[in-house]
Amino acid sequence: MSGDVGTPTVGERRWVNGALGGFAWLTALVFFFPVIWMVINSFKNESEANTAPTLNFTPTLDRYREVTESAGGLLSFGEAFTNSIVIVLVSTLIVLALAIPAAYALAVKPVHKWRDILFFFISTKFLPVVASILPIWILARNFELLNTRLVLIILYTAINLPLAVWMLRSFFAEIPRELIEAAEIDGASLRGQLSSIILPMAAPGIAATALLCVIFAWNEFFYAVQLNPVDGSTVPIWVTTNVSTRGDFLAKLSAASVLACIPVVLAGWIAQKRMIRGLAMGAIK
Amino acid sequence: MILLTQVPFVMSIYYSLTDWKVVPPSPRKFVGLDNYSELLSDHFFRQAIWTSVQLTVFPVLAALALGTAFAVLLDRKFFGRGIVRTMLITPFLLTPVVIGLIWKNQMFHGLYGVINWLIEKVGGTPIEFVSQHPTWSIGITLVWQWTPFMMLIILAGLQSMPQDVVEAAKVDGSTPFGIFRQLTLGHLRPYMELGILLGTIYLIQVYDQIAVMTGGGPGSTNVPYFVFQRSIGGGWEFGQASSYSIVVVIASIIIATIALRVLSQLLKGEASA
Repeated sequence: MSGDVGTPTVGERRWVNGALGGFAWLTALVFFFPVIWMVINSFKNESEANTAPTLNFTPTLDRYREVTESAGGLLSFGEAFTNSIVIVLVSTLIVLALAIPAAYALAVKPVHKWRDILFFFISTKFLPVVASILPIWILARNFELLNTRLVLIILYTAINLPLAVWMLRSFFAEIPRELIEAAEIDGASLRGQLSSIILPMAAPGIAATALLCVIFAWNEFFYAVQLNPVDGSTVPIWVTTNVSTRGDFLAKLSAASVLACIPVVLAGWIAQKRMIRGLAMGAIK
Repeated sequence: MILLTQVPFVMSIYYSLTDWKVVPPSPRKFVGLDNYSELLSDHFFRQAIWTSVQLTVFPVLAALALGTAFAVLLDRKFFGRGIVRTMLITPFLLTPVVIGLIWKNQMFHGLYGVINWLIEKVGGTPIEFVSQHPTWSIGITLVWQWTPFMMLIILAGLQSMPQDVVEAAKVDGSTPFGIFRQLTLGHLRPYMELGILLGTIYLIQVYDQIAVMTGGGPGSTNVPYFVFQRSIGGGWEFGQASSYSIVVVIASIIIATIALRVLSQLLKGEASA
């Protein structure tokens, strides 16, 4: 009997599900379209890109060749990528090295007034970067750090540290307290606890945190363009050098944009499931 | 940490009380609250504040609404869900500078922008989006960039929903919409709060898109860009610019607090109704 009632509902539900799936596909394609169009444009000639939108063209890799060739006196592709990779990796490693013990202290062994400390960490994000640029610019000039990789490494560490502590704390707080206590009774040292229980269990969370740090650091433009306009310039600055006021540049700009975005986009695509799981583990508890 | 975040802030407070022009160099003079009283009468500053409010409130709420809709669409099994999610996440991973340039030059452009091409196809007249509607143009790119972020947070919330409660509601004969309104929204509340908080913090500081899309101007100069213009962007009035930034900090904290309060009240009312 129940089967007779159930069958039409299931059939209907399958139909609704299919329609919603199709709708999701349609939405996603519309939403994703600017990216597709950018990739298409990057394979065009300038004359084909700088006209009414068309799909009638012969794909060419020439624009990629043009933007990666180093032109004298200008910021080269290789230079910008080396700078960005060094700055992003070093700053993210420092962030993790500092944030893991700090988050541990806040989550597993709450120190006195830990809520205040946590709020203090996040409150530092309220100072707009533009507001801090004046004193930072003056300090950097006085310490002769303008146009060095070091100044951006320091700043990106500072930018990402609050968010990293905040996120990691919630991941650590999810770890069952009994496990840590058991390890303590077994005589594991603090370092032993960290490496045998906390780090493996919070690995997805740590990965998600590191990824967010990489995204923010790789894409950061303001500090980079203000402090390192000459040397130590990063990829976002390199992209803007492909915009020119005279002549057509859309195809070249598209090619440069694709190259600039590929590393982070690929990392994000690969890690997306971890990111969702990481956030689900309780980024807000 | 303290050195990097708090020292600049304290230095800013001090600078804001001085009259200090860096280029050409002039001695720093202590002027007390003069910068702040000038600020109140500055027409351009008030304009920048209004732009900031528009460019923060609208994108945060629109991105949250759109992100929630996407997350609900994704929270069911269908063919190619992984690919759809991958496409929807992508804008958040792109470099903001690239987002600004791409939207300006290939979407909004008057002659070869895709949107204007569509408008002409349906018989409308092309619109110079970026120069005529700078606030909307930048706002739309910000929504596009931040919707995936909101979607990820809400998706995380949806996937952590206890399924037994939903099943119980279904057995009791609740409609899908009723379940969503009464159970899901309540469960998502903290996730939405987190999205609004983080979104506000980041969006109130937007600089990149403005720099590459319009380079400032009425309707697109928000407060951060205004501070930049008055200081290292050419004005070199460090004392005055510092006073602006202090105002921004205070405003950011107030806005974030209000946003959180308002939302939690709203959802509490919803849940008890």
